[in-house]
Amino acid sequence: MGGALAALPLFAGNYALSVVTLILYFAYTGQAWNVMMGFAGQLSLGHALYVGVGAYAAGGLFFHYGIGPWAGLWLAMLLCVALGLVIGFLAFRFSISGVYFALLTIAFAEFTRIGFDHLDSLGGPGGMFLKVAQRDTWDVLNFRGPPLMYYYAILVLCGGALGLCSWLLRSKAGYYWQAIRENEEAAQALGINTFRWKMLAVAISSAMTSVSGVFFAFYYNNLFPEQIFNISRSIEIILGPVIGGVGTLFGPILGAALLTVLSDSITEGLAAIGWEIPGIKQVFYGVVLLGVVMFLPNGIWPPLARMLRLK
Amino acid sequence: MSFDLVANVVVAGVLTGLVYGLMALGLSVIFGVVRVVNFAHGEMMTIAMYAATVLFAELGLDPFLCIVPVAVAFFFFGYLLQRGLINPFITRPEHSQFMLLVAVAIVMVNAMLMVFGPSARNVQVDYQLESFEIGKILVDKARLYAALAAVATAGGLFVFFKTTLVGKAIRACADNHLGALVVGLDVKKLYALTFGLGAVCVAVAGCAMVLLVDVTPPLGPAYTLLAFVIVIVGGLGSMPGALLGGVLIGVSEAMAGLLVAPSAKGMFSFGLLILILLFRPQGLLGKKP
Repeated sequence: MGGALAALPLFAGNYALSVVTLILYFAYTGQAWNVMMGFAGQLSLGHALYVGVGAYAAGGLFFHYGIGPWAGLWLAMLLCVALGLVIGFLAFRFSISGVYFALLTIAFAEFTRIGFDHLDSLGGPGGMFLKVAQRDTWDVLNFRGPPLMYYYAILVLCGGALGLCSWLLRSKAGYYWQAIRENEEAAQALGINTFRWKMLAVAISSAMTSVSGVFFAFYYNNLFPEQIFNISRSIEIILGPVIGGVGTLFGPILGAALLTVLSDSITEGLAAIGWEIPGIKQVFYGVVLLGVVMFLPNGIWPPLARMLRLK
Repeated sequence: MSFDLVANVVVAGVLTGLVYGLMALGLSVIFGVVRVVNFAHGEMMTIAMYAATVLFAELGLDPFLCIVPVAVAFFFFGYLLQRGLINPFITRPEHSQFMLLVAVAIVMVNAMLMVFGPSARNVQVDYQLESFEIGKILVDKARLYAALAAVATAGGLFVFFKTTLVGKAIRACADNHLGALVVGLDVKKLYALTFGLGAVCVAVAGCAMVLLVDVTPPLGPAYTLLAFVIVIVGGLGSMPGALLGGVLIGVSEAMAGLLVAPSAKGMFSFGLLILILLFRPQGLLGKKP
């Protein structure tokens, strides 16, 4: 599978490449979210916060000082981990969980969105635009180049995230997280310091998500607070893992692929029969989503894996 | 800044806040009983607002008269939504319930976009431009009537829950789900009734709100967030809390528009939400869990 993806650019056109890049982007970000929710059971509905802060940190450094993303990446991670730890500390210390925790993450993301809307040095509501130059040569140092470069970058990220997550799941942390996810009180009774392990999950998840923000900034080159921090972005991030299978390793990847292909084929299908009313695409998308959530409560991957006898 | 100006802004904020409060009351009642967070709440609100604009444009029905048909339709809509879609989900994990209602919300907001397009719609009646003068304070007629409708509906619901047998049964489900099953209450039916009543709150709030703001599809998600903020501030599951939260948010939005930039008003609300979640997670009037 990995080899096929690495060789894909040899025979795929630009359009197919951009679709796969998008799939891999959502697979990676979904994987990052999954660490927090799927492994440790902490439902975050504000992951757009980390994508946005990561994107603005690295993008802002490049925009103002011309510092490339290899340095910006560290700033992005540092800021996002700090933010994640602050939110986690406040929530877990004040024992906020479940729905309340989810609403707290939304509140932080919305608060930050409006804050960035008033941050004129980073463009404010008018957006921040990174200079697009030299689209043909691979300027790896500044992460500027043709679409192919971004494709390989996100492919490597995705592979790395998969490796990291599969290692995490088998590590001590992974078992502790699953214990916390299934029954926090019982985990605590067994002597697990649930506060510390939940904080670790938040830190890893926010660090991973910040990287997808950096990728976003340099791939799309324009950042608007209204878009990047929007709650619909947070929802987009979690759709893949929820549809694919929360807490599984391949769920986020499968979910991202299916949803992106679904969304694209709805667009194409509607264009083919000439139904191009604004909103109609999302209605179809929502109906399919509704069906999957209703009839496959654990996502698509677990029953599929059973069918393929992978488990 | 003169005292009169501040007083005027505060009065307008309180009145708008009461309508917000009624919308949030629906969310609070649904969560308090069914324990499901309705992530499609604001989208339902915009549907009610569109319904009022259509009835006004086609039949010339005053938005306050629209309340009756829209509320009846919403009651059945809410009832069926709970019966058909949400009841099977009440034992599922939170993220699963969330996904279900997000999917419902996506369908709703985009169906509105399909039917009504992206441009704003409103209603225009004579009394929107008139106002009562109390001393130096001007009270918009439309705003006052909207607030009165909200208070009357909330009061009616309150009386229903306190005095009628069905209301008591619903409260019993909220207090002790297992106990309610044991004494033979049809919990699923009562859940559906509750969702219907929550939808009625939304319907009335929507018909009233259409006098105050123009309706566009993106208003749906914004109102969903607003309703969350209000119920958390007031206390999720508390009926007076929802109205108090609505008034607080209404006033803080109005004051933020006056003191800072109107676009920063959301920051006040979300900042308040974060503080409340941290220091009084049960909300101002909520009971400790």
